[in-house]
Amino acid sequence: MAMTIHVDIVSAEQEIYSGLAQMLFAPAEQGEVGIAPRHTPLITRLKPGEVRVKINEKESQEFFISGGLLEVQPHLVTILADSAIRAHDIDEAAALQAKARAEEMLRDKSGKIDYATTQAELAQALMQLRTLERLRKRGS
Amino acid sequence: MAVGKEIRTKISSIKNTQKITRAMEMVAASKMRKTKDRMQATRPYSKKMCQIINHLAHANPEYKHALMAQREPKRVGVIVIGSDRGLCGGLNANLFRTVLVEIQKWKNSGIEIDACAVGGKAASFLSMINANLLGHIAKLGDTPHQHDIIGITKIMLDAFSQGEIDRLYVINNEFVNTMTQKPVMQQLLPVIAYETDEVINGRWDYLYEPGAKEVLDHLLTRYVESIVYQGLVENNACEQAARMVAMKSASDNAGNIIKELQLVYNKARQAAITQEISEIVAGAAAV
Repeated sequence: MAMTIHVDIVSAEQEIYSGLAQMLFAPAEQGEVGIAPRHTPLITRLKPGEVRVKINEKESQEFFISGGLLEVQPHLVTILADSAIRAHDIDEAAALQAKARAEEMLRDKSGKIDYATTQAELAQALMQLRTLERLRKRGS
Repeated sequence: MAVGKEIRTKISSIKNTQKITRAMEMVAASKMRKTKDRMQATRPYSKKMCQIINHLAHANPEYKHALMAQREPKRVGVIVIGSDRGLCGGLNANLFRTVLVEIQKWKNSGIEIDACAVGGKAASFLSMINANLLGHIAKLGDTPHQHDIIGITKIMLDAFSQGEIDRLYVINNEFVNTMTQKPVMQQLLPVIAYETDEVINGRWDYLYEPGAKEVLDHLLTRYVESIVYQGLVENNACEQAARMVAMKSASDNAGNIIKELQLVYNKARQAAITQEISEIVAGAAAV
């Protein structure tokens, strides 16, 4: 049997995933990282994006996180997400709406809005949509 | 008949009080369920956070972050999390007794104290004992947000990294079950390494991406914030549970008093009737 690593994904609101996996992919701040068992200890911040947990050859699960922290121990990976949802639960309509709203606010340069927050919102909506697209491509 | 007017008004006033306490009991019961759910929902996050911090304490980092400095304590910071409102039994009193014991211990070893208060009761207690109050927040309601507490954690974090305080503690009530709440004190900074078997031994260090300072800054700030936040939601659940129990016993006590007063009133009424009859009979016999 292939080597496995224990993966815990928690968000500020709830525990999202806890179990063994063969490999984990996460959107680290300096590019996507893949964590296999016996990875060297690592701590990094995460960008908004998709976390993929490869449970075995056939099965894998996707989650969407809006940033957080990743900690790696040789046999244990912990993701502390600011907020996380299962990729299948992303509501496409809501994501599109959020994207449109953020873009609108960015265009409206009357200085009333907080530029940074809006940009973060837009990035988050875009990432949600991209995650959905990728899911669809894989033909699930 | 004008017998026992005072007793009757007393009974009715106690009945009104009982109505209030019963209503508060029911409100607290429903709020307790919500606050307890919230507490349980955020527990995994703060537990994992503690675990990571513990791993970090076992590592041998090349880079010494300002928030991980070990110093002889000369001055300690303490965040006391109490409730905003009273009428919740001995909850706050028990908490403050623990605070007093700890403060006495520090004073005996010549350590000075800086304090931050969360909740109105904690603030008034700390100013009553003339503690050096650096900051306080109150009126957070039943659904506190993480960003509500950023202010006071920042005060304490800055004080620690500038070397003004050498330890940081948080004191709050821990929710054991509905009937039991226990005051607990936890050391936040510097982080303490406790024994676990899941950590590799020997000298090792993390890889930090992008850099040790940025990552540790972020991680340690989030750590303190999440533990204080967890303390706050836990204390909220404790407050509602304690209030529910206190109000239940208040309603029960009101019921007992009403029963006793009713007995006294009935006795007085009967005595008055008996006396009246015997007066009439005596009058009739005299004629």
